[in-house]
Amino acid sequence: MSVWLGRVTVVLKASVNDPQGLAVLDGLHAMGYSEVEQVRVGKHIDVRLEADNAEQAEQRLHQMCEALLANTLIESYTVEVGAPEEAAR
Amino acid sequence: MKVGVVTFPGSNGDMDCIHVLEQIPGCEPELIWHKSTDLLSADALVLPGGFAHGDYLRGGAIARFSPVMREVARFAGAGRPVLGICNGFQVLTEAGLLPGALHRNQHILFRCAWVHVRVESNASPWLAGAQSGQVLKVAVAHGQGNYYADQDTLRGMHAREQVALRYSDTAGRISADSNHNGSVLSIAGVTNEAGNVLGMMPHPERSADPLLGSADGRVVFESLVHSLIGVAS
Amino acid sequence: MSAQVTAEALREVALSRDEYDLAVRLLGREPNTVELGVLGAMWSEHCGYKNSRPLLGMFPSEGADVLQGPGENAGAVRLGGGLAAVFKVESHNHPSAIEPYQGAATGVGGIVRDIFTMGARPVALLNSLRFGPLDERESRTLLAGVVRGIGDYGNSLGIPTVGGEIGFSPSYRGNPLVNAMCVGVAPADGLVRGLTGESGNVLLLVGADTGRDGIHGATFASVEDPQESHKGVIQVGNPFMEKLLMEACLELRGSPHVVGMQDLGAAGLTSSSVECAGRTGSGIEMEVSQISRRETGMTPYEVMLSESQERMLLVVTPDGVDAVRRVFQKWDLHSDVIGTVTDDGLLRVRDGAEVVCELPIHLLTEDVPRYTREGRPSAELLARRDRDVTPLVEGVTLPVQEQLLELLASPNIGSKRWAWEQYDHTIQTSTALGPGAADAAVIRVRQTGEGLALTMDCNSRHCLLDPYAGGMGAVVEAARNLACVGARPLGLTNCLNFGNPEKPEIYWHLSECIRGMSDACSALGIPVVSGNVSLYNESEGQAVNPTPVVGMVGSMPDVTRAVGTGFTEGSAVYMVSAGPAPTLAASEWLAALAGIDAGQPASPDLKGEARLHQFLQDGIQEGWILSAHDVSEGGLAVALAECSISGNAGLVATLAPEARSVEYLFGEAPGVVIIGVQPDLTATVESMSTQADLAWHRLGTAGGQDLAVDGFFTVEVEQLQSAHSRALGVPVTRVNP
Repeated sequence: MSVWLGRVTVVLKASVNDPQGLAVLDGLHAMGYSEVEQVRVGKHIDVRLEADNAEQAEQRLHQMCEALLANTLIESYTVEVGAPEEAAR
Repeated sequence: MKVGVVTFPGSNGDMDCIHVLEQIPGCEPELIWHKSTDLLSADALVLPGGFAHGDYLRGGAIARFSPVMREVARFAGAGRPVLGICNGFQVLTEAGLLPGALHRNQHILFRCAWVHVRVESNASPWLAGAQSGQVLKVAVAHGQGNYYADQDTLRGMHAREQVALRYSDTAGRISADSNHNGSVLSIAGVTNEAGNVLGMMPHPERSADPLLGSADGRVVFESLVHSLIGVAS
Repeated sequence: MSAQVTAEALREVALSRDEYDLAVRLLGREPNTVELGVLGAMWSEHCGYKNSRPLLGMFPSEGADVLQGPGENAGAVRLGGGLAAVFKVESHNHPSAIEPYQGAATGVGGIVRDIFTMGARPVALLNSLRFGPLDERESRTLLAGVVRGIGDYGNSLGIPTVGGEIGFSPSYRGNPLVNAMCVGVAPADGLVRGLTGESGNVLLLVGADTGRDGIHGATFASVEDPQESHKGVIQVGNPFMEKLLMEACLELRGSPHVVGMQDLGAAGLTSSSVECAGRTGSGIEMEVSQISRRETGMTPYEVMLSESQERMLLVVTPDGVDAVRRVFQKWDLHSDVIGTVTDDGLLRVRDGAEVVCELPIHLLTEDVPRYTREGRPSAELLARRDRDVTPLVEGVTLPVQEQLLELLASPNIGSKRWAWEQYDHTIQTSTALGPGAADAAVIRVRQTGEGLALTMDCNSRHCLLDPYAGGMGAVVEAARNLACVGARPLGLTNCLNFGNPEKPEIYWHLSECIRGMSDACSALGIPVVSGNVSLYNESEGQAVNPTPVVGMVGSMPDVTRAVGTGFTEGSAVYMVSAGPAPTLAASEWLAALAGIDAGQPASPDLKGEARLHQFLQDGIQEGWILSAHDVSEGGLAVALAECSISGNAGLVATLAPEARSVEYLFGEAPGVVIIGVQPDLTATVESMSTQADLAWHRLGTAGGQDLAVDGFFTVEVEQLQSAHSRALGVPVTRVNP
């Protein structure tokens, strides 16, 4: 078993309106960043977990997203698993 | 008739619900702790407003894993009346007992105000005493009350009269101006297919006393008593 | 002598060399590092009140209804039905300057803990906020963050935020004021104190784990210029944890096992344990290794001075520890047994076998140096006060109607709806008159139907130009605001926001404001039961305007009688007064339209105020006064407009011949109120006013769509509402149909 760092990113689905993203977009435009076309605001969740291998870590993270970390009616998510750290304590 | 009010850690509307239910003839309210799996022979359940478990991930996301929720689901599945108010509505959508989801208000801010809602359907036992088309003055107080469901779901909900309440003006007209949080189709409250589970963002318990600005919300609790006692006798 | 301690070490704990030498002399030895940190925190202005305590003694603090005066976590006054109102105000100015959202949020958290620590269920929050000019980006950023922070924290706890005030002036640039007030209700015979009781009692630390946040917050609050001082002290609030703590502590109310409760605020465990022991006259022994930490490698110094939020200290009888811990377990809260009460009068801190701190409690509480400084106004200020404002007034050539609309749309006078809609003000189903509805907020005491009226007030411009009159003014305005909803004042709390008291002109402002407040309190019979002092409010050497914010609590027997400011259709509208003639000197009008704070503000007539307040309380409880609003910033014209805006009803007003001037329309004077009365009772009202020796004038009858003042302006109420509502700017909103 090794310890893995899972990075979960949760964002509102493209079809769902993102009021925070719109507010940030307005703010950036007001500050003169006129080149900005779109902003979507999401959540970044770091999860440290034990797993036998990267595939297993990823699979568990997907389950966590489906169960709790994302509301798949309105949100989509991506999962990335980094390199393993030293053996579990 | 016993009405159970579920307290999650972080609930803050539980005592308001108890206080109002105590004043509705025929109601005997009781608190049910979220770790309990005994519904204390309640005849109806209320999931109150608040910030259950801090709402740090999403409104209601963690509360749905509280032990009491399995019993709430069973109770709802048996066709018995369940009302979710504000955060309680969020918990019921997260738990899949109501369709759709509630996300951040369109204007981003938490907003506490008096608004009007139009009763779209009185099929639920919680609205049976109201007239379809009736306008109620009710308090809202939330940051995540922006209702969303996809087009297919909405079509089905319409066909089954699951849209219970929509934000409107005082005359019952529905427009962008009266849609205080950006909800799709101005939806303020929905029911499950059977109609026994109602979720609503406005607070009927805060709108049940003329001293506070409106007594229109009493109809929700009075409807319940009429529906249940009507069935029993 | 203290050759060993470095100047840098003393700066770190904000002690002067003289203070250090005094401590060494009293202690008979040099303190070690932990002891020095403890000493610095307890001898800071924030904990030790070394500059303000001699002045605070001026406040009258006794009265028949006082259940708890100053010195505890909060003050308490008697209500009907065996209940008590428990309340206090506290500042979180410096933390909010650095990080407005967390600063304001943790400020709310701190004041709420002060209230439930006393065994009271918090029933209302208010706040008094000051920022730099609203047209500056920094001010808007601070405003947005502070309002969101207050809202998110109070909303999560389920405590309604029902009132307060927001003001803007260049003096608050870089140093905003964030003062939060909390009011709770408790059984009068069940108040919990911050005491230790007998030796052998057990200290329980409950709630959040201890981290490195906020170390030296107390000393940080006692030095100038937030931008330049410690940036590593930002505390992050967890309202969910606080909600659990509140429910658990209130569940323990009345438990025979709980001897005392004390929240952990500034200077963390150090001040909370020392204060309990100091009040009781006991000693305390603690074991730092027993304290749960959020971070590894923390030193005893850091643990003792951490200001991690959402923590409580309980003193429990030895046989009750398990029972008390079970209540916290129910709420999923962690508790540690961290020490015991002793009878040796010492604060002894162990880290395993080693004693890392051993100081006499009285050294930390009673031996704090006290400074009575010399106060003297600056020549510049006196010149500003004595300036003849007539040429400035004559320089304003805008038509009167435009003057009115401009004032209504100005940040200081205009609607604060944008802010208070972010605060949950309807939770607890008791808010009879919430924000924007009346001169004071009114909530129902659920158990008795009594009305509790709450307000926060301070005119800092008046306090700047004439601190004695301004200090009196803050108290009488608060009392008048309570009277305008029909309530009688029960007690007062205050938050004294000033600059560096080591400067003679600041010390003069501080002492004169306190003298004015004290005289007004004595004249009106209002005890001061709690308070907070926030000094060193300066940014780049510039002090904030003297801002002694008054928080006042009053009551009325029947909450359903309370009235708001809004005109009711058909009511007869009167102006009733008991005081000096209005003046444009030191007025909001002069600041907004001529751009200057100058001149001598009018001074209240304390005896006349008392008669006016009694008249209002009687008229409202007896039901013949239907609305009431006091005339303050912006004068009569703005007050009439506010009555129209709030009641959605106009008025065609006829002024008395002597009042037909801009001075009367926009000038300010304490002791003037606009009332709407039942039209069939005008004879009664007139004879009652005359009997009370009040000047009165009938302005007209409320109704219609226009507010008109003969000879000056006629404006549609809708136009007034539109000007008033745009004061804070419209937030970005995009709404779907």
